[in-house]
Amino acid sequence: METILVLAHTEMDGSLGRPAREALTGARSLQSRLEGSTLIVGLVGADVKAAADAAAGCGADRFLGVSGAAFTQSRYATDAFAAEALCRAAGATLILAPGTSRWCRTLPGVAHRVGGRTDTHATDLSVADDAVSIVRWYYRQRMEATFRWTQRPWVILVDPGCLSPWDGAAGTASLHAVPVEIPAACLRTAVTGLQAPAADAQTIRPDADLLFVAGAGWTKTQPDGKAHTADAAKLILGFLRKSQASLGGSKSLVDLSGEGQAVLPFMTHLNQIGQTGATPRHPKGLATCCHGEEPHAVGWRFISERRAVNLDPNCGWARGKADVLYVADAFAVMAKVNALLAETTPA
Amino acid sequence: MSALFHIVVCGGIVPDPLQTLEPVGSPTGPSLKNELMLPAVLDPWAAHALYEAAHLAKAAPGSKVWLVSLGPKAKLQQVMMTIAQKVPFELVPLDGPGGGFTESAEVGAVLADAIQAIPGLDRSRLLVFGGWESASRGAGSTLQQVGERLGIVDQFQGVDYLGVGPDGVLQILERVEGGKHQASTCAGPPALLGWATGSLPEPPNNPQIGMVNMRTVMPALQRAKPAKVGIEAAGFLRVALPAQRRETRIVKDLPVDDIAQEIVDWIGTK
Repeated sequence: METILVLAHTEMDGSLGRPAREALTGARSLQSRLEGSTLIVGLVGADVKAAADAAAGCGADRFLGVSGAAFTQSRYATDAFAAEALCRAAGATLILAPGTSRWCRTLPGVAHRVGGRTDTHATDLSVADDAVSIVRWYYRQRMEATFRWTQRPWVILVDPGCLSPWDGAAGTASLHAVPVEIPAACLRTAVTGLQAPAADAQTIRPDADLLFVAGAGWTKTQPDGKAHTADAAKLILGFLRKSQASLGGSKSLVDLSGEGQAVLPFMTHLNQIGQTGATPRHPKGLATCCHGEEPHAVGWRFISERRAVNLDPNCGWARGKADVLYVADAFAVMAKVNALLAETTPA
Repeated sequence: MSALFHIVVCGGIVPDPLQTLEPVGSPTGPSLKNELMLPAVLDPWAAHALYEAAHLAKAAPGSKVWLVSLGPKAKLQQVMMTIAQKVPFELVPLDGPGGGFTESAEVGAVLADAIQAIPGLDRSRLLVFGGWESASRGAGSTLQQVGERLGIVDQFQGVDYLGVGPDGVLQILERVEGGKHQASTCAGPPALLGWATGSLPEPPNNPQIGMVNMRTVMPALQRAKPAKVGIEAAGFLRVALPAQRRETRIVKDLPVDDIAQEIVDWIGTK
């Protein structure tokens, strides 16, 4: 019999974030298929009452919370204390948590503290023969494994975007506060804030419906014998503004800045997708001027519908990887796309 | 900068990313086909950590860098031929499996034991570096367990910047959701940092650094202790390459206006 703990932290406004509600979906699914199992929700944050109430209708047997000013900050030392206390208070054997940056930093260490195992980036959960197994990727999204452990507790971090978020009724949860006393040695680190590009320069939008991938071809010599990097930047930013797409870049494009070549000034390593970058999840993806074979194309792996614009009909990014490949000049196509979007999008 | 650091970089080796990888089963669990034949490189994010460590050590005279690396001895030697020419470090090799199908708790345990056994290591000045995820297991869960075993509770993951203030306070930028960085300060070592890309380019090869490094690397490799890192073979139910191919509709000779209209229509449909 498993005791399933959904371990979540609140968002800055005290709410329960989408990744946490996705983990809740996974936990409820496991509980329904594991006979005799119990479901407990554990929350960490400055004030967790609102988040507990938001999840009141999820069918959890208990709601536990660790709250206080020290838990406002996303900080390893205090988060680990809180998470450890919740795991012990719940007597959890299975701990499901959203794979947010905050929990990815902290929970592997917590698994060590409670004598358990940990697995991150789970993309699916299943039950067979009354045993839980998970699916995750190895070698940078190049092979997929299904496995289970017998050791408990087992801490599983679920990648955001893989499960549908729980969207049940709110209510009034009976919240049990778990007392935690933070030693002074755990307060050596202080979070001083977030750094982000100005709102109009923010090109990474995890919740966007479309991922726009720019390849190094945008900076290469064009038929007139010259590179048109400034024009490329204008076209790409114009498209992002009108479509509200998220921007990804191929490694070769991101690396150009280190090689002294003309670059797109808004393209950084944070935009990089693929082997040594991110593998974002979006419903649609449009790749332009991207080249290369596997493994560079792993950035596409979690994009549902894929289209590409490329002058090379045999490009490894597109053929066999995309649903549609337009063999055309991306400069011309995107200029026209922007013009069409301008007709339908308010300025 | 008056601080002095003892920086231990944990970095494994992985198959060259351009190689074709295929999983195979074995009595001891999954592995890669022809794994020992595949050319290897230092794990990319761990390499960034090593370059950042060397940069920090150079800026803080008296500092020292160790590279603790787990992998088959022959593979480690091959990788060191290249990496030893990049930056100065002392190698602490651990002879054991370097593949992705090992368990992070066991890897964390042998790495922590190796760090604790480094002669002359000042734990009060210790900074443990590594890549925030490997290019093999890709879990991002090993360093935290190393830190726990060493009693380090100031931990940071996805680090792109580390600065040291005149008062010795560490200033750190970590990647968080939405293309943002979380800025933190830490009172000083000991601390653990899992690096993302950082901000430094790959250093050029320097044969002089290589010669100095290899004087200690080769004897260290000869003395490399076997590290017992296994997996629970029964835990893996299936390891497979994903079905990758899609039936791509190739659109040639369509006017740009029509292509653009098709794309706009597609973007607009849910």
